[in-house]
Amino acid sequence: MGRRVAGNRSGGYASPMLSEVALHAHELVRRFGGRTAVKNVSLALGAGECLALFGPNGAGKTTLLRMLGGQIKPNTGHVALHGHRLPGTAATRNLVGLISHHTMLYTALTALENVQFAAECHGMRNARAAAMFALERLGVSARADTAVRTLSRGLQQRVSIARALVHGPRLVLLDEPYTGLDETGARALTRALQELLGVGATLVLVTHHLSEGLALASRAAVMLEGQLVRVDEAPADGFDAGSYSALYRSLVVREVG
Amino acid sequence: MSHPTEQANPPAELPYAPPGFLRDAMRVARKDLLIEFRTRSAFIAAAVFALLSAAIFRFTWDPSAVSTLDLAPGVLWVIFAFSGILGLHRSFGIELADRALDALLASPMSRESVFAGKALANLAFIGCVQTLALPAVGLFFNLPSGKLWVGVAAASLLAAIGFVAIGTLFAAITANIRMAELMLPMLALPFFIPIIIPAAQATALLINGRPVSEAADYLKMLAGFDILFVTASTLVFPFTLEE
Repeated sequence: MGRRVAGNRSGGYASPMLSEVALHAHELVRRFGGRTAVKNVSLALGAGECLALFGPNGAGKTTLLRMLGGQIKPNTGHVALHGHRLPGTAATRNLVGLISHHTMLYTALTALENVQFAAECHGMRNARAAAMFALERLGVSARADTAVRTLSRGLQQRVSIARALVHGPRLVLLDEPYTGLDETGARALTRALQELLGVGATLVLVTHHLSEGLALASRAAVMLEGQLVRVDEAPADGFDAGSYSALYRSLVVREVG
Repeated sequence: MSHPTEQANPPAELPYAPPGFLRDAMRVARKDLLIEFRTRSAFIAAAVFALLSAAIFRFTWDPSAVSTLDLAPGVLWVIFAFSGILGLHRSFGIELADRALDALLASPMSRESVFAGKALANLAFIGCVQTLALPAVGLFFNLPSGKLWVGVAAASLLAAIGFVAIGTLFAAITANIRMAELMLPMLALPFFIPIIIPAAQATALLINGRPVSEAADYLKMLAGFDILFVTASTLVFPFTLEE
């Protein structure tokens, strides 16, 4: 089990010493009406790092993820990606990719048309070629001209991943990305994410499946009631899913009851 | 296998060249129209509504109580307004079905260009409905033919611009709320009044064979409201999608 890097209840940074910070979130707070979904969360991630974020339903994981991507604005605090504030300019938004259990696809369009549209939205000149490449990488190029609505849930999810990665984002935010994927799809996603990590992208992965999250993670965090209550750095040989699972359960039982 | 856009290191500078407002808007409009062309869900509903409305008004019309030339402009604009709403509702419905809107808003595309693209697609949709409804109402009510329809078409286009500007804005506002189908007409219809009244008045004058110069004041009023609604909607739209 990795060492505990930083608790975050007091707003301390969930980060080891990083030579270069890619993603920097500073004291994020987000309220919805009278409820505070995210309470004073700070974190810093380097290029090529993957943070796996765990927590029970309603812990604030998705809200935090949406703030990190610039989709919702924090009430206080800010997020910076490679020194540029999010949501920021078009150029900054061009560095972000989103993957969720929602496919974010247009079901009346084909797989290729969806991914090509995403590539065009990101200003790619050779959008069609890039879209085909992304579909090939996820193993769905054979279904490129098939309408998304006729694809199985797992294939739709793979197309969705191709859509999110087509422009080579530097920050990829993943909210339950393995939902609906079969074993082949899950392997293709893991391989694509490992490639992205290899070229210096930063990943934040929200999932309920500890083993899948820990397989990619260089750090793992537990979020409860809007706060990061524990952040662990991966040991040299990676996280041990069994012992982390026991630790996670003890934290959740203690905090949530 | 390396991706064409992948880089070895995090970017010191941000390598992004924006495609431009108009190109982005056209891209969104093309995508929306392609989806509508594939599904034809809203257009068929709007076309059936337009034809049925024209038929119902025709067969419940008492010629001894009101003349064709007085009734037809009102019928035409009732059809345009309500069939147009069907298209407006679909505009953001397709974005919310599987949260495609999240990816669209997270992209580098400006929200103003998303709005312009949606409005352009809605304008094309309403233009198609008008192209179907104008001759249908003309036939059902035995209206005179000739050059007057050029003026009516011009008034319809001017009205459609303001209609889609304000309608697209309200479609975005109501997209995320419950009973959006009900809330969109309830909220948007009062704002359509400044468009529909001069448009119906201009149509009435033109159908009655009056010269275009007599309808000019109404057409100018329409152009004025178009400028106001397009400007205001473009400025307000980015805030409607904030969470």
